[in-house]
Amino acid sequence: MSLAKLNMVQAINLALFEEMEKDPTVLVMGEDVGVDGGVFRVTEGLYDKFGSDRVIDTPLAESGIVGTAIGMAVSGLKPVAEIQFEGFSYMTIDQLAAHASRIRYRSRGTYHCPLVIRAPYGGGVKALEHHSEAVATFYIHIPGLKVVIPSTPYDAKGLLISSIRDPDPVMFFEPKKLYRAYKEEVPEGEYTVPLGVGKKITEGEDLTLIAWGAMVRVCQEAMEQVKDLSVELIDLRTLSPLDDRVIIDSVKKTGRAVIVHEEPRTLGFGAEIIARINEKALLSLEAPVKRVTGFDVPVPLPRLEDYYLPNAAKVADAIKEVAAF
Amino acid sequence: MSVDWLSILDAQGNVDESLEPELDTETLEKFYRTMVLTRMYDDKALKLQRQGRMLTFGSSLGQEATAVGSAFAMKPDDWFFPAFREHGVQIARGIPLSLLYIYWMGSEDANLTLPPKNFPVAIPVSTQVLHAVGAAWAAKLKKQNIASVVYFGDGATSEGDFHEGMNFAGVFKTPTVFICQNNQYAISLPREKQTASKTLAQKALAYGFEGIQVDGNDILAVYSVTLAALEKARSGGGPTMIECFTYRMGSHTTSDDPTRYRQAAEVEEWKKKDPIKRLRIYLEKKGIWDQSREGAMIKEITDEVEKAVKEAESYKPVVENMFKYVYADMPLHLKEQMDELQGFISKRRGDESG
Repeated sequence: MSLAKLNMVQAINLALFEEMEKDPTVLVMGEDVGVDGGVFRVTEGLYDKFGSDRVIDTPLAESGIVGTAIGMAVSGLKPVAEIQFEGFSYMTIDQLAAHASRIRYRSRGTYHCPLVIRAPYGGGVKALEHHSEAVATFYIHIPGLKVVIPSTPYDAKGLLISSIRDPDPVMFFEPKKLYRAYKEEVPEGEYTVPLGVGKKITEGEDLTLIAWGAMVRVCQEAMEQVKDLSVELIDLRTLSPLDDRVIIDSVKKTGRAVIVHEEPRTLGFGAEIIARINEKALLSLEAPVKRVTGFDVPVPLPRLEDYYLPNAAKVADAIKEVAAF
Repeated sequence: MSVDWLSILDAQGNVDESLEPELDTETLEKFYRTMVLTRMYDDKALKLQRQGRMLTFGSSLGQEATAVGSAFAMKPDDWFFPAFREHGVQIARGIPLSLLYIYWMGSEDANLTLPPKNFPVAIPVSTQVLHAVGAAWAAKLKKQNIASVVYFGDGATSEGDFHEGMNFAGVFKTPTVFICQNNQYAISLPREKQTASKTLAQKALAYGFEGIQVDGNDILAVYSVTLAALEKARSGGGPTMIECFTYRMGSHTTSDDPTRYRQAAEVEEWKKKDPIKRLRIYLEKKGIWDQSREGAMIKEITDEVEKAVKEAESYKPVVENMFKYVYADMPLHLKEQMDELQGFISKRRGDESG
């Protein structure tokens, strides 16, 4: 198995390429994914390799993309549909909530829906309105969907392969801030990162820091500013279904936790994590759990965006505050 | 922007011999029996609902020719995507009556043994149109010689998913047959307030394929036009939209009162166009049906319906299924929640017996 230094876009591209080569039922569809290679170039080269029947440029209609992909998925294909930006994914919610997530349930297993929806998400790239949102919460609230968010090129490839092979519908949100932020070694060929398993990035004793996607990098930067503290950083990787054992075990050890997400605070996933900690590890807590999140406002346009997003300084402040409680 | 209109068997049972399909006696009897069975299934469901033994139910009274005629034009291997009023299609496609009753009595377990290529009902209006296009598209990509048929009502033609589905079907020439059951009302909204288009079928023209109107109470016409559309689809000719012009003789569902939004005189006019009555006259004229056969059939169907209801009412839903079919493998949090519920149930049982 050879290694190459790849950024996240290249790693996702490689995952698609390898899975399409391996499994003829896998196909890619969406707006501008074919000839153009995708607006972020994630599907670059796939059209030339696999042709217009497997790399499909669709009309501009998000519900249409997801709804027809559902019909394909129940017919034994494995569509990987791209929604160009998370802010345009709202039109897909009806098809996802009313059908993709329930086909197994409604049909009592007669049909299932092996579908992946890929969408770039998140802020910090100085984009237009609707191009900087983090919307995972909407999808986490739909039973029957899985929600996956990678934070590294290596995980992006392994998690996407697992998502494509998963028999249930998966929302795969890609942190566009990290698309080309850095490169790391990514193996060519077969490897998977399992869904539903969070990853402990650092071991620590004093405090548990929980994040996913682009916020993992922010947390790592923040940890540079609190080197005197021993912080256990957890990247959840799969938000739904959440296997909370990695969180609960860690909080039982450290007694303190900070959760970081760029989604708005109210009913953001941090709220659920705090509820789980209360249900399963309350008596281990030495301090109230703190959230560093986006505010409960629409994501502002770029000139105020940096105030909206969690950053290393905000996270470091929260770590110090919780550690000192 | 005009579309063709097809009718073969008029309301008085007179047939246009130039268009009459060649059907053997056995097939015609099957058409007739399935229409009557659908009506008696519906009628029983309404009675059960009134007695609190069924959920809210949408009867297909008056629309039997549209359902049964199109269903018998399909092959078992063709995909069928219903809305929620396609009881006649489900029956014609061989879904056991008892399963249909189990569903409308309130359990998804009815779908545990759903025969292949039959999709479960879709309650949100027009959403299933996209699935049918996707399934047809998949068949085309896999080079399978099958088509996909989707049913929806006149109201669905105002929804975005209908238009997106029609557009995708036109662009990718998918083997999809769109069957619009224009029963003239979307709950209370009459057809002319749904769209300013002169016909619903003409919407297909905007998407680059053929639309046709057919007398939806004429089973020979519905059968013929669906058969032709399916053959065209399977041979690479792309999609067709068929507007079946019919009438919902009953209420939208058991939850509404149609006298609030339509005139009794209008209903009386449509009664004269009854789809079952005209087929019976046609069969009698052909000398293949009479009163004694009718009586024997009604008795047989009555027993069949009663037996299905009995079976359905004796079915006990499985609590575990509520958690079992959310994902292929039950995740940890659902195991915890299932244990919580089962703990509650056994505690209650313990309390009651103690």
